[in-house]
Amino acid sequence: MAAAGPAATDLEVVRGKRAALFFATVVIVLGLPLWWKTTETYRAPLPYSEISGLNSLKLRLMVPVTVVFTQESVPLDDQEKLPFTVVHEREIPLKYKLKIKCRFQKAYRRALDHEEAALSLGNIQEAETMLAEPSEQAEGSLTVYVISERSSLLPQDMMSYIGPKRMAVVRGIMHREAFNIIGRRIIQVAQAMSLTEDVLAAALADHLPEDKWSSDKRRPLKSSLGYEITFSLLNPDPKSHDVHWDIEGAVRRHVQPFLGALSAAGNFSVDSQILYYAMLGVNPRFDSASSSYYLAAHSLPHVINPVESRLGSSAASLYPVLNFLLYVPELAHSPLYIQDKDGAPVATNAFHSPRWGGIMVYNVDPKAYNGSQLPVSIEVDMVRVMEVFLAQLRLLFGIAQPQLPPKCLFLGPKSEGIMTWELDRLLWARSVENLATATTTLTSLAQLLGKISNIVIKDDVASEVYRAVAAVQKAAEELSSGHLASAFAASREAVTSSERAFFDPSLLHLLYFPDDQKFAIYIPLFLPMAVPILLSLFKIFLETRKSWKKPEKID
Amino acid sequence: LLLFLFGTSLLFHFFSHIVLMLADDMACNPRNPKPATVYSHKNMELNVYGDDVEVDYRSYEVTVENFLRVLTGRIPSSTPRSKRLLSDDRSNILIYMTGHGGNGFLKFQDSEEITNIELADAFEQMWQKRRYNELLFIIDTCQGASMYERFYSPNIMALASSQVGEDSLSHQPDPAVGVHLMDRYTFYVLEFLEEINPASQTNMNDLFQVCPKSLCVSTPGHRTDLFQRDPKNVLITDFFGSVRKVEITTETISLQPDSGVMESRYSS
Repeated sequence: MAAAGPAATDLEVVRGKRAALFFATVVIVLGLPLWWKTTETYRAPLPYSEISGLNSLKLRLMVPVTVVFTQESVPLDDQEKLPFTVVHEREIPLKYKLKIKCRFQKAYRRALDHEEAALSLGNIQEAETMLAEPSEQAEGSLTVYVISERSSLLPQDMMSYIGPKRMAVVRGIMHREAFNIIGRRIIQVAQAMSLTEDVLAAALADHLPEDKWSSDKRRPLKSSLGYEITFSLLNPDPKSHDVHWDIEGAVRRHVQPFLGALSAAGNFSVDSQILYYAMLGVNPRFDSASSSYYLAAHSLPHVINPVESRLGSSAASLYPVLNFLLYVPELAHSPLYIQDKDGAPVATNAFHSPRWGGIMVYNVDPKAYNGSQLPVSIEVDMVRVMEVFLAQLRLLFGIAQPQLPPKCLFLGPKSEGIMTWELDRLLWARSVENLATATTTLTSLAQLLGKISNIVIKDDVASEVYRAVAAVQKAAEELSSGHLASAFAASREAVTSSERAFFDPSLLHLLYFPDDQKFAIYIPLFLPMAVPILLSLFKIFLETRKSWKKPEKID
Repeated sequence: LLLFLFGTSLLFHFFSHIVLMLADDMACNPRNPKPATVYSHKNMELNVYGDDVEVDYRSYEVTVENFLRVLTGRIPSSTPRSKRLLSDDRSNILIYMTGHGGNGFLKFQDSEEITNIELADAFEQMWQKRRYNELLFIIDTCQGASMYERFYSPNIMALASSQVGEDSLSHQPDPAVGVHLMDRYTFYVLEFLEEINPASQTNMNDLFQVCPKSLCVSTPGHRTDLFQRDPKNVLITDFFGSVRKVEITTETISLQPDSGVMESRYSS
C-alpha cells in the first residue's frame, strides 16, 4: 500500500505533466496559427511590381500620315523612289516622369487617278468634296496631298492648306532636296493638326509640378466619361421683360451637331431652365459717358458663386456640369456691358470660367420699349447666343486655335463647329491625361495600401486593379501603333477601373485600434487560460533540469 | 456657428459647396422656444441658422464612418451630389468641427470617437488623390490642439480653440433658451468673419490673433508648418471668399441658321 501511494501520485504527476504538455502543444501548434489567421485582415494580392513599372512607362504617340504626291510635284527621279516610308520621331520635353515621344510615320505614295483628277480642279472646296473617302479616315491619321509648285488649287501666296476633315494640301517643289524640304513642310502641317507640346502640356497640367500660383493658365476640363450641359436663362426682372427663348430649337440645330461630332470624347446630356428673380451678385456701375451700366473686369470673379447655388443640377448624374447662363439685365440696369481690363466693352459681352461654364449678358434692344406697356415681350436671338456659347464650349474643352505654319490657308470649322482633327487632338490629349491619371491613382493606391496595413483588400478591388494595369499597358501599345480610337477606349477603361478600385467603399481604414485597447481586449480572454499552462510548463522545465543535474551529483 | 456640447458640423467651401453634418438638431428641437433659429447671442442679432442652411447629414447619419467617407470619397454610388465632397485639385477646403473632445479624439454621438490618427490618415488619402489644393482645419473642442498634432500631409493649416490640457469654454447662456448659445472661440471667429467682404485684404495672421487668452480663457493654437505659403500672404478670402477664375470670351464661331455648309472664320 505504501508503494502504491507514491506510485499512484507518480502516475498522477506524469499524467499531469503529459496533460500540461498536450495543452501547451495544442495551444501553440493549433491555437496560435488559428488565432493569427482569423484575426488578420484579408488582403488580396496586388501587382505592386507592375504598378511601379508603370511609372517608367515610355509613351510613344504615333501619327500615321499618308503623303500623296501628284505628278509635277517633285522631280522625276524623286518620283521614281516612291513608295517608301519616312519616320520622324521627337521627344516632347515635359518635366513629367513619363517620357513621351511623338512619332510621325509618313507613308509616301503616288497619287491615284481619281486623286489627280480631283486635285487638278480649280477650287479647293470642290477638290475636297471629290477626295472625300467613302469611309471615314481612322481617328488620328492624316492625309497630305502634295501638289505642284505652280498649281492654282491654292491661292498663289499660300504654301499649304489645312482642311476640316483630316486632309491637308502642301505645295511641292522642283528641287534636288525636294523630299527633305517637303518633308519639313509636311511635319509643320501635321503637327498643327495633331500633336504639339502645348496640347500635351495642357493635358498634363494637373500632373506637372509647376507653380500653381501662376494665374492665366487655361485649364481645360478634366477628362470624364460624360458631361452635363445646362443652359439657363436668368430673368431678374420679369415685371419688365417677358423673355422667350427657343432653346430646344437652338439645341437641335446648333448644339447637337457639335456634341455629335464630339461624341467620341464622352456622353453628353443637355438640359435647360429659366430662373426668375435671379440676380448676379455684383452691382453694376453707371458710366455716364455712354449712359450705360458696366461690370468691371475685377468684379467678374465674384459673380459666379452667388448664382451657382440657385442653378441646381441633376441629382442622379455624377458627371461634371457645365453651366451656360444667359442674363437679361433688369430695366433699371440696362444696357449692361462687360468691360475688360482696359475698360473697353467686350464685343461678345460674355465671360467664362475654366471648368465651370460661361455667362453672357443679353441686352434688350431699346426699340422694343417704344410705346409698349411693361412687361415687354422679348424673343432672344438664339444664333447670336449660340455662337458665343459654342465658342465658350470649345474653349472649355481646350480646343483652341491651332498654331498654323506660315502662309497656310485655313478656313474655320464647318457646320458642326469642330473639325475632325480637332477631335483627334482632343483624343490624343485625353488619352495621355487618362494614362497619367490612371498611373497616379494606381501608384497612390499601392502606396496607401502599403502604408496603412489595416485596410482590407477585397477580391473585386484586386481584380479592378489588375484590369486597370492591363488597360494602361494596352493603351500604351495602341498609342504606339497609331490606333487612336482603341487607345482612347483603353485609356478610359484604365481610368474607370483605377478610380473604381481607389474609391471602393470597402477600403475604409476603420480598423485602427490603439495598443492599449488591443491589450484590453485580449488579456481577459487569454490570461486566465495561459496562466495555468505557463506555470505547469515552467514547473516541468524546472523538474527536468533538476533530474538532469541529479545524475551528475550522484556520480 | 453652432451650439456648444451638441453635435459635430462641417462647413466646406463657403458659398461654393457646403456639406453640413449636424448630429443634433437644435433649431428644430421641440424644446427650442425660438424655433428654426440659432442665435449667436441672446440679443438675437445674428441668426446663424438662416434661410439657406441645408443639413446634408443629420442625427444618426453623423458617424465617424460617414465623415471619413465624405472626406476620402469612398462613398456608395447611390449617394446624391449634395452629400458628396465634389472637390478637385484646385479646391480650397475649410473643415470646421466642434463638440466634446479630449486629448487626441473628438466624440461623435456619445458612442464613438474619431482619433487624430484617423483624421491624419484621411487627409493623407485626400492628398494622394489630390482632392484639395489647400485645407484649413478649425476645431473648437476641449484640448483641440491635439487633433492637429498628427497631420503629415502638405498644404494643411490648422487652428484650434485650446491647447492640450486646456478646456474650451462656452460664451454666454441665454436664460430664455436655457443653454449656452455658442463657444467663445467660435463666437469671436464669427465676429471676425462677419467683417470680411470679398475685397478684403485681411490675412491668416489676423485670424490667428482672434480670441486671445483674455477673452477665451483657453489659449488658441495654430499649425502652419505643413502649409507651403507664408500665412501672412494667405488672404482670408482664399478660403472664405467666393472668388473664381474667369476669362473674357473674345472668340465666337459663326453660325448661320438652317443653311448647309458655310464659310466660317475665327474672329478675335
